[in-house]
Amino acid sequence: MSPRVVFPNRMLPYLLLAPQLAITLVFFYWPASQALYQSVLREDPFGLASRYVGLDNFRRVLADPNYINSIEVTAIFSVATAALAMSTALLLAVMADKVIRGRGIYRTLMIWPYAVAPAIAGMLWLFMFNPTMGTFAYMLRATGYNWDPLLNGPQAMTLVIAAAAWKQISYNFLFFVAGLQAIPKTLIEAAAIDGAGETKRFWTIVFPLLAPTTFFLLVVNTVYAFFDTFGIIHAVTGGGPGKSTETLVYKVYNDGFVNLLFGSSAAQSVILMVIVIAMTAVQFRYVEKKVHYG
Amino acid sequence: MILRSTTAALSAGFLAFSVAPSMAVTEISWWHAMTGANNEVVETLSKEFNESQSEYKVTPVFKGTYPETLNAGIAAFRANQTPHIIQVFDVGTGVMMAAEGAVKPVAEILSMGGGTFDKSQYLPGIVSYYSRPDGTMLSFPYNSSSPILYYNKDIFEKAGLDASNPPKTWPEVFEAARAIKSSGAAACGYTSTWLTWIGLENFSAWNNLQYGTNENGLAGTDVELTFNSEAHVRHFQNIADLAKDEVFRYGGRTSEAKQLFLSGECGIMTESSGGLGDIVKAGMNYGIGQMPYYPDLEGAPQNTIPGGASLWVFGGHDEAEYEGVAAFFQFLSQVEIQQRLHQVSGYLPVTLAAYEATKASGFYDENPGRETPITQMMGKEPTANSKGIRLINMPQVRDIQNEEFEKMLAGQQTAKQALDNAVERGNAAIQEALGN
Repeated sequence: MSPRVVFPNRMLPYLLLAPQLAITLVFFYWPASQALYQSVLREDPFGLASRYVGLDNFRRVLADPNYINSIEVTAIFSVATAALAMSTALLLAVMADKVIRGRGIYRTLMIWPYAVAPAIAGMLWLFMFNPTMGTFAYMLRATGYNWDPLLNGPQAMTLVIAAAAWKQISYNFLFFVAGLQAIPKTLIEAAAIDGAGETKRFWTIVFPLLAPTTFFLLVVNTVYAFFDTFGIIHAVTGGGPGKSTETLVYKVYNDGFVNLLFGSSAAQSVILMVIVIAMTAVQFRYVEKKVHYG
Repeated sequence: MILRSTTAALSAGFLAFSVAPSMAVTEISWWHAMTGANNEVVETLSKEFNESQSEYKVTPVFKGTYPETLNAGIAAFRANQTPHIIQVFDVGTGVMMAAEGAVKPVAEILSMGGGTFDKSQYLPGIVSYYSRPDGTMLSFPYNSSSPILYYNKDIFEKAGLDASNPPKTWPEVFEAARAIKSSGAAACGYTSTWLTWIGLENFSAWNNLQYGTNENGLAGTDVELTFNSEAHVRHFQNIADLAKDEVFRYGGRTSEAKQLFLSGECGIMTESSGGLGDIVKAGMNYGIGQMPYYPDLEGAPQNTIPGGASLWVFGGHDEAEYEGVAAFFQFLSQVEIQQRLHQVSGYLPVTLAAYEATKASGFYDENPGRETPITQMMGKEPTANSKGIRLINMPQVRDIQNEEFEKMLAGQQTAKQALDNAVERGNAAIQEALGN
């Protein structure tokens, strides 16, 4: 049994928890309950006439081929974004760890993109790669490559993945650098003396010891790809062309705020909530078992 | 989502507090979506109105893009904190109209405060778009525009085309576009903003083709879409073929394609008359022509339908406040104000008197082409196909159309497939929105 803190006053612990609980109640439980409530209703945009429809909104959503499409889009987008952001960050962190002169400057520069708001990041990439005005788009087209993310779905997907990953690299980099610093130098030196090459040392010592960091980042990156990338998609593609970059979150927004179908939108956000809870549970239940916390 | 509507409701509540009584003047709040030069116009107009009298004070509040403004209004209504006036874009008209009880018809407002409302002084093409089937004018047309054809005279000359004579029909446009591309005068021949509003909605009205049943929704909300006729398919297949040969370039779902014309990449463009400001500012050698049509279609060219936005009045406010709104709308209808709005912004004048005054001032002689959007709209008595288009969920239907067009332009489907799919998906969406 772990040691327990005992408070002399019975009320004090609750009082200390109160602010956090209040925030969770107001910003999570209340909206979530509203979403649940709205997901069983069908009403006009102004809420003048609303009626109870049971699970009909869920039935419609799940039978909608566009919803299935956005599940696929989300899967591709999230896996690719998390993989790209984490692998690039790890590579950069390992490299930065080797730098001796000016490592502070390198690290500071690497962290900068994290401070950029998603919508701004989206605009930056849009300005570079928009076929009607982007500099890089112009250069790409000049080489004869038919760069047209306005009509080409896979190209649009590549663009949003790159923008989303770029923004998250800094955050991952920061944690990987910290993780690397926590690895005892003696272990690595001992392995070097035993004749292990750099690659061998990385895969047998560094990478396993980084596992807790990697696991933490996996959870954070998945949640990021699911929820925080809305601004980027909104700015760069708006879910298009066709529906090829419409993720689940984007569809919730689009059906709710553009199409004004509040019931369907609420049902989708409830489904999304279930997916994320399930995914986090799975990650902690199964993936964490493989993590060695040293 | 919930979070956003809550914030909107909160800010609406805050606004209501901050403009609470204690002053003798009656406050009128006006939510709008105008940016840049058009935002300045909104500010100036409010200021001028406030200075012209001492009873009422109009406070304009910028609420974001058109859809964002509409959403803010809806959230405010749900929270019982509505502004008096809200600017709603053309496609939101059906949404607002379906909200009977939430809005107060402008015709009613204008006849308040001792004023009389004479519908005939407003431009008929615009008024009919913002009226109920029984003729009651529901919203005040603030900024209306109509699509026209722009062409780059330098590119025309380089391609050996007649720069003083813009193409008038679609076959002529396509031919000119191909000539521009093949002569190397520009990288692309033709582009268009708003494939939905210009390419489909105005195309239907201008060529006297039916877009949907029930007079395109003006006579009733239960509409069945019919924009997949042979003539529609032919037009979009022509565009798809041009796209395949890279003669047509796609710019995006709204007005992004304007960049392609401004940068000289495309020689011809169909765009809103409200886009004129940017083209003038770019200092290019441009010309204006009327919207192209198909000469073999009966009744073409008919008339175009207005785009832009109108001002709606929310219900549930005090009598005195409505009188203030009425005074403000009367102020906006004045000839000098409308004339200035029209000449500065490229938007259409709302009253016939303002149009006549602009004509008499010689403005159209000095600025050839500026009258085109008006003559296009007023040239003929509108038919059942050309009064306008109104759907309960127009933004959603446009989204569906855009998605299908994009697949078509990417070469994944033919024009027939694209339009058939758009009709089928659009009909299903309309039925869902109607609650069936």
